[in-house]
Amino acid sequence: MTAAAIERRPLRHLRARRLTILSALAVAVMVAVVLSLMVGARPVPPADVWQALWSPSGSEPDLIVRDLRVPRTALGVLAGLALGVAGALMQGHTRNPLADPGLLGVTQGAAFAMVLSIVVLRLSSVYGYIWFGLAGALIASAAVFALGLAGGRGAPTPVTLALAGTAVSAFLYALTSTVVLLDQQAMDMFRFWQAGSIAGRDSAVAGQVLPFVAVGLALALANAPGLNALALGEDVARALGRNIALTRFLGIAAITLLTGAAVAACGSLAFIGLIVPHLARALAGPDHRWLLPYSGLAGAALLPAADVAGRVVAHPGELEAGVVLALLGAPFFVALVRRTRSPRL
Amino acid sequence: MSAPPGTVTAPAAATTAGAVRLAHRRPLRIGRVSLLLRPRGLAVTVTGLALLLLLTALHLRLGDIPMSLSEVVAAVLGGGTGGARLVIMELRLPRALTGALVGAALGVSGAITQAIARNPLAGPDILGVTSGASLAVVAATVAGGAAYGGAGGVLAAIGIPAAALAGGLAGALLVYGLAWRRGLDGYRLVLVGVGVVAVFTNLKYWLLTVGDVNDATRAMVWISGSLNARGMEHVVPTALALAMVLPATLLGTRTLAVLRLGDDTVRGLGVRIDLARGSLLLCAVLLASAATAAAGPIAFVALAAPQIALRLAGVAQPPLVVSAVAGAVLVTGADLAARTLTPVELPVGIVTAVLGAPYLIYLLVRTRRARGAI
Repeated sequence: MTAAAIERRPLRHLRARRLTILSALAVAVMVAVVLSLMVGARPVPPADVWQALWSPSGSEPDLIVRDLRVPRTALGVLAGLALGVAGALMQGHTRNPLADPGLLGVTQGAAFAMVLSIVVLRLSSVYGYIWFGLAGALIASAAVFALGLAGGRGAPTPVTLALAGTAVSAFLYALTSTVVLLDQQAMDMFRFWQAGSIAGRDSAVAGQVLPFVAVGLALALANAPGLNALALGEDVARALGRNIALTRFLGIAAITLLTGAAVAACGSLAFIGLIVPHLARALAGPDHRWLLPYSGLAGAALLPAADVAGRVVAHPGELEAGVVLALLGAPFFVALVRRTRSPRL
Repeated sequence: MSAPPGTVTAPAAATTAGAVRLAHRRPLRIGRVSLLLRPRGLAVTVTGLALLLLLTALHLRLGDIPMSLSEVVAAVLGGGTGGARLVIMELRLPRALTGALVGAALGVSGAITQAIARNPLAGPDILGVTSGASLAVVAATVAGGAAYGGAGGVLAAIGIPAAALAGGLAGALLVYGLAWRRGLDGYRLVLVGVGVVAVFTNLKYWLLTVGDVNDATRAMVWISGSLNARGMEHVVPTALALAMVLPATLLGTRTLAVLRLGDDTVRGLGVRIDLARGSLLLCAVLLASAATAAAGPIAFVALAAPQIALRLAGVAQPPLVVSAVAGAVLVTGADLAARTLTPVELPVGIVTAVLGAPYLIYLLVRTRRARGAI
């Protein structure tokens, strides 16, 4: 056996192992989707789900599956995917385990724009203010990036960005709090948005956020090799021929699109983007080309699963997915942090 | 960042005076005591204290009944008319003092946490203090909604701070207990904190959706942090906590400065790291709990004050005293603005972010311009 063959063998093993985990995560997403279609206040057996999907007859189970469960499941998968990937990107760029995808003002920008649209335009439907939320997220993130750029030459460092993002978020949260304290109708909407949920959304919502998530995912995957180089330090990355400013900009554009779309549609769920990348890192190691897909799939499995758990726990009522996620996910996360020596940022 | 004492006596260092200089500063030596004076830090502290005094004076003067400076001075010294004494001593002074003390406590608490976690985004929130306190208060408000409203101020005045203190300490204990595993590790502490805080915060959000919208709004005022109607019963506990904990913290300044060098280096320098870190964290938790019990979780101060302080003082790590002054100025200024500038009196926690965030951003931009890039 030549030296080269000996060196290559573990790599082949690693690749096989990684593909196995990737397929396992994909299966987990499918299981979550199927459960999400079946379980609820009115359980629907698999055969009826199948019939409702492919040859609907207008019966009650058909309506439940097609009008209620398919939209929320689709939205859950999309938002989970988006937040998982965005979280991994954010932690990679800031190299900070505390960074959630909403760090650059995205979550609070969306919240403020939505609350403002309710107060000023007296919008009453969720679908009306999704666009405002998305616009607010984009504007806030752009403002943070501009502030990071201001005054210096070249790309802003992660610490500057993180602090500027936190400052802008705090500022926007203060404005939102002011508005909801003065306007009880806005408060009533805000408290439910804040809890984070994928229930009761129109089937059009998933379609509306899909283009943003798709573009964001493409940008994120394109960003992975650059992020790997950046993990070695900016000087090394520059020596390897990477354009630092471009890499950072790509990453932030991806984070903004993914998080903005998810948060505008489902409320403040950024927490999933904080936890999932840590779980994915324990499986994937530090290579972002694998970490990003792992993190996305784990998010896409976890959010619908949390939604299902919320339907089971509070039967026949429901608990918001965001709340379930924290109550079930966080203890698991703490246990994982305590048990393993997971790879660090 | 003073050099460990050993290096001063090293023969090689003794031969050249320059070798013991740190960043071109000559240490001040009195007998065996060696101090490193930082003129810039001192200047920032003095300026901050002057600003604090000015803001407090304004605080006492302005309001529904404006007072002249001589009336204020007379009332504080025990003279003046009965009405002026009532307004100043019973209403405005306790509120101003609570604000300044809470701000100082949060500033120091944030500085300690950021130094130990070696993370500028960390704060006592990560230690579970603020989220634990918020959860306890929201639970008390939503569960006992009608009871509190009916019983009036007395029960709320005692019950809410007690719930906050208990919730904050329980939260911190939980985070610390879960993060402890054959020693403490900054990274693990931060991650465990993230998990515990997430549980608390989402339980809080859920409780806000469960209750009546009026209770939710009332709870929202408290969890935004408010200095409204604070009396001497809020000043005294906070002052006591600060008086007991701050000296202990200042004794640990040196250890805190060394902690950022990494665990192995710190052990190599002869510091008992777990003991040092544990007691410093305890100080941070006590300060933050006392502050939160008095004024609610005033947002952003613990995070921003140390970052503002280290940029103003031009040092690498949040300086404790300057952080305390920065926190006190931030909260006092915000409360002054909340009381006098806005038509509706806003919770001070909202205004701290409105004032503090632009200033922190300005400092970030300025520092970046000065150094090319940071």
